[in-house]
Amino acid sequence: MAGVRAQRVRRQRVLRWVVLVVLGVFFLLPLAAMVEFTTRGDGNTWSLLVDWPQLSATYPDLADGIAASLEQALLTALLMLVLLVPTAVWVRLRLPGLRPLVEFICLLPLTIPAIVLVVGLAPVYAWVNYFLGGSSLTLVFAYTILVLPYAYRAIDAGLSAIDVKTLAEAARGLGAGWFTVMVRVVLPNIRSAVLSAAFLTVALVLGEFTIASLLNRTNLQVAINLLGKSSATMSVAVSLAALVLAFVLLLILSLFGDRRKASR
Amino acid sequence: MTSIPTRVPRGRLRITQVRSLLGTVPFFAYVAIFLVIPTLVVAIGAFTGDGGFTFSNVTALGDAYVLDAFGRSILLSAVSALIGAVLGAVLAYVLVTAKPDGLLRRVVTAASGVLAQFGGVTLAFAFLATIGLSGFVTVFLRDHLGTDIYANGVWLFELPGLMLVYTYFQIPLMVIVFLPALDGIKPQWREATESLGGSTWHYWTRVAGPLLAPAFLGSALLLFANAFSAYATAAALVSQGSPIVPLQIRGALTSEVVLGQQNLGKAMALGMVVVVAVVMTLYALLQRRTAKWLG
Repeated sequence: MAGVRAQRVRRQRVLRWVVLVVLGVFFLLPLAAMVEFTTRGDGNTWSLLVDWPQLSATYPDLADGIAASLEQALLTALLMLVLLVPTAVWVRLRLPGLRPLVEFICLLPLTIPAIVLVVGLAPVYAWVNYFLGGSSLTLVFAYTILVLPYAYRAIDAGLSAIDVKTLAEAARGLGAGWFTVMVRVVLPNIRSAVLSAAFLTVALVLGEFTIASLLNRTNLQVAINLLGKSSATMSVAVSLAALVLAFVLLLILSLFGDRRKASR
Repeated sequence: MTSIPTRVPRGRLRITQVRSLLGTVPFFAYVAIFLVIPTLVVAIGAFTGDGGFTFSNVTALGDAYVLDAFGRSILLSAVSALIGAVLGAVLAYVLVTAKPDGLLRRVVTAASGVLAQFGGVTLAFAFLATIGLSGFVTVFLRDHLGTDIYANGVWLFELPGLMLVYTYFQIPLMVIVFLPALDGIKPQWREATESLGGSTWHYWTRVAGPLLAPAFLGSALLLFANAFSAYATAAALVSQGSPIVPLQIRGALTSEVVLGQQNLGKAMALGMVVVVAVVMTLYALLQRRTAKWLG
């Protein structure tokens, strides 16, 4: 019996390494290829990429796209927090009956593909253009909807881990207003949830292409796509840089999540 | 949308309730403008023509080129979901048999979380750098082994290319969604099978297989929906023609519309929503069945 089990363990180990090596090659090859592709020729692609003034002079569209994406990411995270945190806390405290509805609405964007959403958003953005102009920053409105499912799940998990009601009642009993309750009592307690929601938002917004390109606005991905038509090397280099950034963001997030789980 | 009762509130309870509801007004108003209205625009627009209500947009979905696009979209999603599900399940199984808190498992799950999100333009360019016409692998194979992977035509920008590229984010997604089900398998079940005289074959076909089947199918459906709604990768890779539905919708949105077909894009969008909704409903049903044993 023990021999059978030992044999099975050995077989599993062999299978494990075969699978890991084969899939590892499949997943690492494109990344390695990107490095190789961008270091061909005179190899000044990477030095240009870190030299911001030079970069924006050579590829003004790309520089615009990078700036637009960073602003969008920041503003979307902000708008998401302002919209979601007070509502989630409020619903938990005062309107528990509404929670399923709020949850349903927040998860709804998961079942609506971005390409479908953009079809419906086109007329809405005709009005946005009319009132606010055609700035790329107006994409923040659509992006906040896109990140709702991920942000809601993160924040809802954070709120579930603390006793919001007791905290809020204690603060109210000591004379705190609702604003103080939100900013100084609830928010510090769900710090890590807020942080992970914000990280996810930033990662998602930095990778968004569908809505920006079809509503004729610019961001990083639109700029990369445009650049691909004129300078393949540079566009691959920026892709790799954006990818590494997203990797780092999400890896920090997942390690952070692990630590939170472990300490609980 | 904000459903504030219009009746005159009586008593303190009603007043506080109305006041409570006011706190959710910003959220519901925002969602109404940027989520509910767009959804309604698609749903109503699909049935609207020049002279009001019409079925002509929806019947136009029966046109050969639209049907072909849906067919290719479904084929692409099904093949990439199947490959992704099988390879992802094998990878997940390999992780489960490794040490539960080991470095291997943590690194692969973290990497899967990142790669499952990796799509769009950057992924398209990654594959262009790999197996594009002057890509790393293409050049290497041509110069060193004398094989031309594009001897029978450049397939990267067509359906087979999309299938390969989509697999890149489908496998990691499968690992993420299938791993919890595999973790639910208890070692006691295998021991029970063995003590009753069952072989490994019996265990997989009679015990673990049937238990995992709903979870596997459900995960595969999720992968299908994921590929079906993907747009950015295909848009960056395919610049000529519109083989799949999302690209057809791009065509409908960006090009000059044919008279009388302004709303065909909305009808195709509605068609996509219907497909995704059906798939996700099946997924939810299977998920419930999975939870019975492996929850």
